[in-house]
Amino acid sequence: MLTYTIRRIGIAIPTLILIALTIFLLLELAPGDPMAQVPLTVPAEVKQQMRLALGLGEPLPLRFWKWSVQVFWIEPQVFVDWLTRDSWLLGWLPDTNLYDGRLRVISWQTRGPVFDIIVQRLPQTLWVVGLAYVVGVLIAIPIGIISAYRQYSWFDNAGTFVSMIGFSVPPFFSGVLVIVIFSVQLGWFPSIYDTTHRVTDWDSFVLQFKQMIMPVMVLALQTTAQISRYMRASMLDNFGQDYVRTARAKGLRERSVVLVHVLRNSMIPVVTVVALGVPAIFGGAIITEQVFKVNGIGQLFITALQANDLPMVLTVAFIFAVLIIVFNLIADLLYGILDPRIRYD
Amino acid sequence: MTDAAGPKPGLAAAGAVTPAEVEPIPLDEPTGSQWRDVWRQFRSHRGAMAGLMVFGVILLAVLIGPWLWPYDPTETDIRARNTRWIFACLALPWGEVGSCFLDPASSGLKASWTHPFGTDQLGRDLLARLMGGGRVSMAVGVAAMALALVLGTAVGVAAGYFRRVDGLLMRFTDLFLALPLLPLLLVAVLLFRDQLNAALGPEYGIFVLIVFGIGITSWMPTARIVRGDVLALKEREFILAARAVGTRDGGMIARHVLPNVLSPIMVSATLGIATAIITESALSFLGLGFPPDFPTWGRLLFDGVDYLQSYPERVVWPGLAISLTVLAVNYIGDGLRDALDPRLRGR
Repeated sequence: MLTYTIRRIGIAIPTLILIALTIFLLLELAPGDPMAQVPLTVPAEVKQQMRLALGLGEPLPLRFWKWSVQVFWIEPQVFVDWLTRDSWLLGWLPDTNLYDGRLRVISWQTRGPVFDIIVQRLPQTLWVVGLAYVVGVLIAIPIGIISAYRQYSWFDNAGTFVSMIGFSVPPFFSGVLVIVIFSVQLGWFPSIYDTTHRVTDWDSFVLQFKQMIMPVMVLALQTTAQISRYMRASMLDNFGQDYVRTARAKGLRERSVVLVHVLRNSMIPVVTVVALGVPAIFGGAIITEQVFKVNGIGQLFITALQANDLPMVLTVAFIFAVLIIVFNLIADLLYGILDPRIRYD
Repeated sequence: MTDAAGPKPGLAAAGAVTPAEVEPIPLDEPTGSQWRDVWRQFRSHRGAMAGLMVFGVILLAVLIGPWLWPYDPTETDIRARNTRWIFACLALPWGEVGSCFLDPASSGLKASWTHPFGTDQLGRDLLARLMGGGRVSMAVGVAAMALALVLGTAVGVAAGYFRRVDGLLMRFTDLFLALPLLPLLLVAVLLFRDQLNAALGPEYGIFVLIVFGIGITSWMPTARIVRGDVLALKEREFILAARAVGTRDGGMIARHVLPNVLSPIMVSATLGIATAIITESALSFLGLGFPPDFPTWGRLLFDGVDYLQSYPERVVWPGLAISLTVLAVNYIGDGLRDALDPRLRGR
């Protein structure tokens, strides 16, 4: 297992660097000029100096190197400092003072560190997207089990149809549709997600619940559609196996055959699919956040893109890439733990 | 002779006179029979047939509709702006519904039979825009799918057939799979929009950009499936036989490999159209797709969101068009997969 893990990590790290380079080069090809909004009365040489001040005058490899140092070396220092100083988890440790005031990744929009803004936006995304994913998986697994156990029953057919709809109706339509129905026509839920809302008592909790239910359900529909199909296929694969017949033959109750023997073995591929789906749902959050006006990380990306804020775009896109790679790694390792045959490939 | 043939005239006639009529028994036609079998299987899949019909109707509507319908998608009629669609009459009190349908103007509702789907804030006919937008969305879907298919098949066949490039190409595919595609697509559209617009004109520039963007970000699943199938094919005897008679690599791929990996390619083609349409709509919905005077379904949806409260039909129709098309295409792909791969039937 250790060599397997090392081999997987050995593949992941070069991939990550290559991806960072790809995104960097793509942005490098960009014709956009951060000085485009500066008034025309500013002389050209002053503009040139402003560009230099943003670090644009340096040659390309040097800038990539500096950005990498900032992301991989300086930002972790800041993070560790924060962990040992302010976080509730590790705040009891003695304060580390690793960060020595060197330049961090600076946004061209706000002239502040990019990671500070990302940290502000991340909780909203995590709450909505993360909760949606958990809800989606929790709905999908029982649906998959029942669909497989009662294959071709009305429940199975309905499940197939609903998951087809989940695949086919894009979130920017299902989101808008639920807004039309539940916010405009019925007036049950607010159509805009209020991120400044604080939960202090029962009433504010109810409000929070109401404003979360639509984005969470829209995202969960997509997740449910995918995961329930995988669950069903995986259960069906296992129902045909010899050990199921053995379990039944030795007189186990149907309940424990299905929920212990078959379910545990069926979960192996599903767990990896669940892990692999996490990054995709962050990408999909770009759209859902736009529909429900959640100011999470996806919305941050869109606004940075429109404002030509290249450091922010680069960093956020890189974070998406890191998520993909990390969860691919997690999926690989989980598969290795759950199914020992995989380790010896 | 006549006596013997008398009781069974049909048999004698068939045997003696028209042997051609007996021909269609599948065994005599090895190449035709496979596709006939596929079609027979496909027809037995109810969802796929329904999908095919819905897709056909939508395709006909967007192809022929703009010629039949008198309005142009970009023609503005400012007097008729913000017309509701005709079924908004149903929201009136029960007694007025009938008169509203007969003469919408008399009921105080701004609706008319000249624009049955209503118009937008500039008085552009929504039905014409839906049909025109459908043309663009479908064209983007098909073109992007074709590009992704060519790329994916080329990479997949090369990786599966030539052992030397296999590792490199598959690493490359993995790298592409690990890229955050939607964010990068958004970046690419925003960055290269102006240059391509200057080079090719605002409409074709963005069309080319979006098709290329979607094409180069969605070939990876096809490449992987094709590679797997080619690897399995290479072990088969007929490939060995072809090699023994001295078939070169080019001929081998064209004559023996490609026809045998056609079924997974066809399935990915169908599903590719669906994803391409969704991606294009997503880009347009984020405001980074086609310009506003060039309607696509995603763009119409995006424009309609601002008028959501008063004119829900402006959002519902384009969204329904996207969803129905994608649903139909997905069902067709499902049926096709079942028909082409008997092992998967019933999954």
